[in-house]
Amino acid sequence: MNTFLQLVVNGLGKGAVFALLALGFVIIFKATEVVNFAHGSLVLFGGYLVVVTRESLGWAGASLVGIVSAGLLALLLERFLLSRSRHADANSLALLTIGVDVIITEEIVRRLGVTLPFLGDAWDARPFQIGGITLFRTHLVALLVAAVLITAFTVAFKYSNWGVAMRAQAENREAAALMGIRSSRVTATAWVVAGVLAGVAVLFIATQDFSGAGLSRGTHSIALAAFPAAILGGLDSTAGAVVGGLVVGLVEALSAQYVSFDFSKSAVFLVMLVVLVVRPSGLFGTRESTRV
Amino acid sequence: MSDTAVKAPPAAPPTPPAKRDRRRLVKALAWIALLVVLLAIPLYLDAAWLKAGQYMMIGGVGAIGLTMLVGQAGQLSLAHAFFLLAGATGYTVLSGPVDDERVFGLGLDPGLSLVGAVVIAALLGLAFAPVSGRLRGIYLGVASLSLVFLGLYFGQSAETLTGGTSTGRSPEPFSLFGFPFTNGGPEIELMGVPIRQAERLWYLFLLLTVLAFVVAKAAVRSRVGRSWRAVRDNEAAASVMGVSVTRAKAGAFAVSSAYAGLAGAMTVLWFDILKPDESEFGTYGINISIAFLAMVIIGGLGSVPGALVGALIVNGLPQVLSLYSADLGWFSGTGDGALTPILVSSFVYGAAIILVVLFEPGGLAAIGRRITSARKPHLPEEQDK
Repeated sequence: MNTFLQLVVNGLGKGAVFALLALGFVIIFKATEVVNFAHGSLVLFGGYLVVVTRESLGWAGASLVGIVSAGLLALLLERFLLSRSRHADANSLALLTIGVDVIITEEIVRRLGVTLPFLGDAWDARPFQIGGITLFRTHLVALLVAAVLITAFTVAFKYSNWGVAMRAQAENREAAALMGIRSSRVTATAWVVAGVLAGVAVLFIATQDFSGAGLSRGTHSIALAAFPAAILGGLDSTAGAVVGGLVVGLVEALSAQYVSFDFSKSAVFLVMLVVLVVRPSGLFGTRESTRV
Repeated sequence: MSDTAVKAPPAAPPTPPAKRDRRRLVKALAWIALLVVLLAIPLYLDAAWLKAGQYMMIGGVGAIGLTMLVGQAGQLSLAHAFFLLAGATGYTVLSGPVDDERVFGLGLDPGLSLVGAVVIAALLGLAFAPVSGRLRGIYLGVASLSLVFLGLYFGQSAETLTGGTSTGRSPEPFSLFGFPFTNGGPEIELMGVPIRQAERLWYLFLLLTVLAFVVAKAAVRSRVGRSWRAVRDNEAAASVMGVSVTRAKAGAFAVSSAYAGLAGAMTVLWFDILKPDESEFGTYGINISIAFLAMVIIGGLGSVPGALVGALIVNGLPQVLSLYSADLGWFSGTGDGALTPILVSSFVYGAAIILVVLFEPGGLAAIGRRITSARKPHLPEEQDK
């Protein structure tokens, strides 16, 4: 039983990180209907800047730089690439982000070379015990940070002007524009928020406790596991992203223990497939209907 | 991606039949000339270059399959690498020796095994129909990505079939009706050039590529292709017009998987080893799925010749760069932060995807089409191919 509890706690801790990433996908998708395949490279980029600036700024300063620059990179991508091609449809733009992802990822992996630094200095690999359960600080901090950020986001989404504009645009782009909502500003902020979330997430991903590996190509593929999280929750549902993230975290932790470690990566995707077969637009996604 | 990707050019004034016939003749002659060049290449280039060319042909076969699925039928798929693995494993297992205690084999004739591998991949594609038929766009893309992860797990765990990630297993060398595609067998010489393994495999791959091309062209032109495009453009309208949407979607997925299966069997013959991936980035990993997607985007979604050109760039560049680098001393750095040919070509095709989406959604095919139509008006039946 204790193992099980332990796994659930670990799973939720990982799930919180996946939720941050999945929320990034969802925000961008809601604002622009573009699926951002370059999300993994935003994660890597944020992490890389932490590595570069850590010597001079210390861990906290470097983390801040990493988070901000991931947001900035997202903004630059949106301003210079995606907003330039309004004539292209959302699916082509998703393909464009694949191109972006390939370039950024390859370059950062090249720069990292064989050094695979761990990022979560402040909390990494310091487990402590409560009632026979070993808790990893990474997971706890991740849960906490994710809870705070997601709550803040939800509140802002509901009550702030930005949130209203964002929801209006998600509902109907043209109508929102006609009502005086600046679609370019909404879109840009959506990308910045997603980038910032990615920058936060990497501080937890490239740790001993989370992945057992430092910043590397593997970090990018962990970010990829947030894809099923976003999809199985429903690409246009922020609540779905959170639920999806937690489901993915739990599935991964449980299947790694009870089936095998190799299987855990595919288990996440299998669960997503099952969900999609039953509900083609995810658990909380809006159903598409066709009118004839 | 359908609407912008393959946009029909404005209606051209009708071409007089005589002119049209002449253009067809010119086109046919151009294809024949290209074929003659490709047939003659082994007589002039050495084995390393032939090897590079073979790799491009593998890409070509796979890309033709994917362009039919993504461009013609409008179904985004990131599962291509999985079907590559399916074909590779299929060929190796079917043709593998029966008496090997480490791995499982059926000892079938290699030629038959190649066909079998294609069939296996097609059936697997068909088995995915319950999912592919229900999902659209990005949802399908990510759902299909799960196959790559399943393939990764399969490769790691089904060691008797795949040989395992550490050692892999060697495939049976290809032979057709007893004629081996190795250095053994009858000594053949053509214009003073001995036709050995590299040359023989070149001709085999060329044959397969031409076959894949011709079949794809025919499929696209036929009723089947029309039903794919109808489904792509509007599922509701297609079903109203009597197209079975589920069948068209499942069919497109199966055909594309079959192509990937063939490309997989070719891959295993090319590497001369079946080695499943240890991580999701490998011979049958996500990066390969993305590389194939890059080929069809760069070539122009839905265009069969475009897919070949895309394969030439994406699969060819790393090969050619590494061959040149040996001659010129480029990329001499190794280890940390070295620029490798694979890295450089990743940059190039990443950038190419971006440029194509930004400036020419029709891809290289559209550019080619524009160049040819600058001189002459467009033929209506050439659209969407």
